[in-house]
Amino acid sequence: MSVLLAFGRFLYRSAWAWLIAVPFGWLLLFFLVPFLFVLKISLAQSVLALPPFTALAAWVADPAFEEYRLDITIHLTSYVRLVSDSLYVAAYLNSIKIASIATGLCLVIAYPMAYGIARATPRWRNVLLLLIILPFWTSFLIRVYAWMGILKQNGLMNNVLVWLGVVDQPVQFLYTEFAIYLGITYSYLPFMVLPLYATLEKLDRSLLEAAADLGCRPFRAFATITLPLSMPGVIAGSLLVFIPAVGEFVIPELLGGASTLMIGKVLWNEFFANRDWPMASAVAIALLVILVVPMAAFQHMLLKQREANTP
Amino acid sequence: MKPMGRLVWPVVFGYAFLYVPIMLLIVYSFNASRLVTVWGGWSVKWYVSLWSNQQLIDAALLSLRIAAVTATLSVVLGTMAGLILARFGRFRGRTVFGGLITAPLVMPDVIIGLSLLLLFVSLEQLIGWPAGRGATTITLAHMTFAMAYVAVVVQSRLTSLDRSLEEAAMDLGARPTKVFFVITVPIIAPAIVAGWLLAFTLSLDDLVIASFVSGPGASTLPMVVFSSVRLGVSPEINALATIIIALVTVGIAVAGLLSARPAASPTP
Repeated sequence: MSVLLAFGRFLYRSAWAWLIAVPFGWLLLFFLVPFLFVLKISLAQSVLALPPFTALAAWVADPAFEEYRLDITIHLTSYVRLVSDSLYVAAYLNSIKIASIATGLCLVIAYPMAYGIARATPRWRNVLLLLIILPFWTSFLIRVYAWMGILKQNGLMNNVLVWLGVVDQPVQFLYTEFAIYLGITYSYLPFMVLPLYATLEKLDRSLLEAAADLGCRPFRAFATITLPLSMPGVIAGSLLVFIPAVGEFVIPELLGGASTLMIGKVLWNEFFANRDWPMASAVAIALLVILVVPMAAFQHMLLKQREANTP
Repeated sequence: MKPMGRLVWPVVFGYAFLYVPIMLLIVYSFNASRLVTVWGGWSVKWYVSLWSNQQLIDAALLSLRIAAVTATLSVVLGTMAGLILARFGRFRGRTVFGGLITAPLVMPDVIIGLSLLLLFVSLEQLIGWPAGRGATTITLAHMTFAMAYVAVVVQSRLTSLDRSLEEAAMDLGARPTKVFFVITVPIIAPAIVAGWLLAFTLSLDDLVIASFVSGPGASTLPMVVFSSVRLGVSPEINALATIIIALVTVGIAVAGLLSARPAASPTP
């Protein structure tokens, strides 16, 4: 009887084990293992062949000379170019700069929005939240494209500015760095508003009332109570915007000029225009190295949140 | 709107910022003039000419097919993953699993696209599968990041519910699989529907990953739109965008009506 029970328990456990194994296995194969291939191919050399890179290892068997060996060839060509060619370094620094500024802009626009939504009456709150999420469901490509029509030489922005008399003749907005800031801020704004709202909504209003009763000015109450308490939301939102923005391709490609370097665009061009797979892989590895710290911070935060939620 | 006080103005500005570009896109899709920014009167001719653009229609059909398969399969995988995260407490490798499932949410598209392409090429060299690249490889790639979103949606639904129903069913002698299909699935149904829709739109929307893992002959809708948009603004794309926005809005409204009722719980 106890044997049967043990067997039953084993079956039960193995059913759970299968439940874990399927998604876990999938992620290992299609998310983790691919990075090993990126690393491997970044150490190869670009050749005119199919696929266009050299093999990492070659088995040489020559019975006549009793020669059996495994040749492993590691090319560091791509990495040397990565650090010696100023184009790549400039692209990395520029991506970090653009992503940081756009994250700051998102924060400045999103914070009062999230605060306003959190303070709205419950009925309004649901409508306002839905309106924040809605653009996220419409095509990203189309939202970026919408700005092309607004920013171009004879587009709406220039027409309005000329009509108002702010400028005498149309200004070049499209294909500038300004357009990239605008595009990233616009596209990623919902990702900033939602985590900010989540923390601001939980804020205990009685703290602010107590501060006001004790004669604290609204601004000081905001700086000493609201802002510190909403820091988890600020950090979560900033990471959600910053990390993907660093590697952004579509926005700099469509809104940015030819002279604006961003690393996502460089990677794309190495791969599609130059067909240099090892170089594209090396660029990807370097991008991952930059993003490892913010991504670890993001994971840590999610984990903490999950621990807090699970009983 | 009294409780918002002076915050009304930044809120109004924020929503105007979010919606004015989309509104303009819709208005200009009905513009008779080929010059997108010059108003030439109302017209639906761009919608008519969209109908005869065979390349665009083929791409749209391919994208819809990939999105439907992606959404269905990633709902299965994502629900499993969400269940593990919400109901398993601590097990060995949980941190790694949690990290793996949420990393695709923020990983830049170019990295996911490149790494999956290199995986597919290397696998084809080693074991001959997948033979060539096209709809299948795009679907596999889309499933990988879509399941992460589904997992998060399902997990947050599961953690916000109490387990007493499941425990009661177990106590009454129901087997785990029966409990899952009779109790858990109906409870998390709204999250599954939302996850399916989310996976569907994510797949339909993806340009970068699909461009990497696609092969000759398999061009998805975003790929075709992108190659035309690169050359500048075109009224036909405005019409297409309007159709997509209309479909999404209707879809959200229907899903919202379906899921709003059971999810409505008073916030503590």
